[in-house]
Amino acid sequence: MNATNLHLFVLVVPLLAALAINLLGRRSRQWIAPLVLGSLAFSVFGSVIIMARVVEYGTLRYTVGNWQPPYGIELVVDPLSALMMVLIAVVALLASFSSLKSVEQELPGREHFFFTLYMILIVGLFGLVLTGDAFNLYVLLEITSITTYGLIAMGKGRAALSSFNYIIMGSIAACFYLLGIGYIYILTGTLNMADIARILPTLNAPVATATAIAFVLVGLWIKMAFFPLHSWLPNAYSQAPTGAGTLIAPLMTKVTVYLMVRVIITMYTPALVFTHEWIARGVVWAASLAIICGSVLALGQKDLRRMLTYIIIAEVGYMVGGIFLANANGLTGSILHIVNDAFMTLCLFLVVAAIIYRQGSVSLVSLRGIFRRMPITMAAFTLGAFAMIGVPPTCGFFSKWYLILGGIDGGHWEFVVALIVSSLINAVLFFRIIELGYFGSLPDGDNQEHAIDERREAPWWMLSPLVLTAVILIVVGLSTGPLVNNVIRLMIPVGF
Amino acid sequence: MEAIIGEVVAKYNYWIYVVLMMIGFYAMIGKRNLVKKLIGMNIFQTSIILFFVSTGVKKGGGIPIVDKYKALASNIDAATIVNPLPHVLMLTAIVVGVSVTGVALAVLQRIYREYGTLEEDEILEKLQR
Repeated sequence: MNATNLHLFVLVVPLLAALAINLLGRRSRQWIAPLVLGSLAFSVFGSVIIMARVVEYGTLRYTVGNWQPPYGIELVVDPLSALMMVLIAVVALLASFSSLKSVEQELPGREHFFFTLYMILIVGLFGLVLTGDAFNLYVLLEITSITTYGLIAMGKGRAALSSFNYIIMGSIAACFYLLGIGYIYILTGTLNMADIARILPTLNAPVATATAIAFVLVGLWIKMAFFPLHSWLPNAYSQAPTGAGTLIAPLMTKVTVYLMVRVIITMYTPALVFTHEWIARGVVWAASLAIICGSVLALGQKDLRRMLTYIIIAEVGYMVGGIFLANANGLTGSILHIVNDAFMTLCLFLVVAAIIYRQGSVSLVSLRGIFRRMPITMAAFTLGAFAMIGVPPTCGFFSKWYLILGGIDGGHWEFVVALIVSSLINAVLFFRIIELGYFGSLPDGDNQEHAIDERREAPWWMLSPLVLTAVILIVVGLSTGPLVNNVIRLMIPVGF
Repeated sequence: MEAIIGEVVAKYNYWIYVVLMMIGFYAMIGKRNLVKKLIGMNIFQTSIILFFVSTGVKKGGGIPIVDKYKALASNIDAATIVNPLPHVLMLTAIVVGVSVTGVALAVLQRIYREYGTLEEDEILEKLQR
């Protein structure tokens, strides 16, 4: 192992761990926790080193099997993918602590199946941010999707049905993406992203190029649940096993947004994507609509986890809109929001996992008086809620600030208005829960088993990652400046 | 009219894939039976596989197996062999398709065990009760 191929080890170690979990975890479940935590800790360690190297020396390239690009598959680590690697590794490690505990409770005897899929999903996500090959990206997209289908179907009740709907939608999305890549291949004769970016602008085929971009983008929009195409997400994410939700909800949509950034910046070059001003304008309008509708739909939910899934849909609107503002502030805001939203969603879903572990339900009624029962959990929830609303100095404020600046720069007032309205709706949503939890008390005769003022905090395994995530929300918020200047600025294309 | 027919005949492979794709799409959206939806998904995937494979074909192209030493000694004329890359890509896509189908069938089994039916409206009816 040396420093030039460390990023390959970051990907391979969890993969080997996945196989080992299936073999050894079958014998005894003692093996599962050390394997999961050990391999993910290695990934965190490795990805941080890679990040430092990339910031210092610039983009790393690695050709697998010594087939030279553009023919061979190339792994590329530029500042953005290094940032995503650190994000995925840290979120996965924090989520896995909580998942180990909640899976032990929800799926006894099937833990080794669950964690095999869990680790392969993480490997797929690492692969997605590393690859520099358009077709390889399709394969990895399907690896992450297939493992997600499996994880969601392990839930109770309607989960299998929701998973099937997700399979149908996800496959349509993957096929659209593949079709777009087919067009690109016919046009350019190559699948290497850097090579495509070199050849595509020299061709004089505006209609075919636009069709290819449209297919790829629509495919990715379905996968990330961009507003009119979001119908599969709320059911799938709210009925998945709690342990799966804590990993899937923060990472899947965010990594897909990353893929869209990657495709727009590295593969098509922004000049080609934003040639028609009315298309970018239309997408920003759709994003504004997504933000408003996601927030309003969240208002109507009676269950905390379901409410959060609609907030995810609104947040996807933030990020897509920010990219299609087509200016530096908007793009910075979007990339920053990928990081921030992953941690905010992680924080809130860890809270959900902790509450479900203790009382089995997160319906708004059952949250009455929750502050007295689980004070530390709810303190973290309040911090996560502040980040979602966008209260400084939590990280949510800074990305929203960049997005609003981008909206003003681009003259997209509808986007600015949508952002502000959604922040207000978020404030209403979360203060409603904080009020219920702080001042409400359980009605007499209902749920006698958790007597009203008895303190039953979540176990250490769930509480410590939660507290750490809440701290990260503030740390990321305070280190926005260095993050933007040293990493994200490097990714903004020239002339943007 | 003749112009349209000429256009269709000249690019018939693309028209076949478009028609197959629409059949698959209709089955996925329009059918109420979950197995039929799954089969629609398979048709959809197959149409894209056919599309890719047909892009590699060249008129009069031979199989892409060439003698290594001959190829190194004198350059092979690319027009004499079909392009093998789309076929190779589609091998991977077929594997992906088969695994998605496998997962979907397993999920369908669970749905059948839970609700005793695979008709979407009957399941929804049971859920409302």
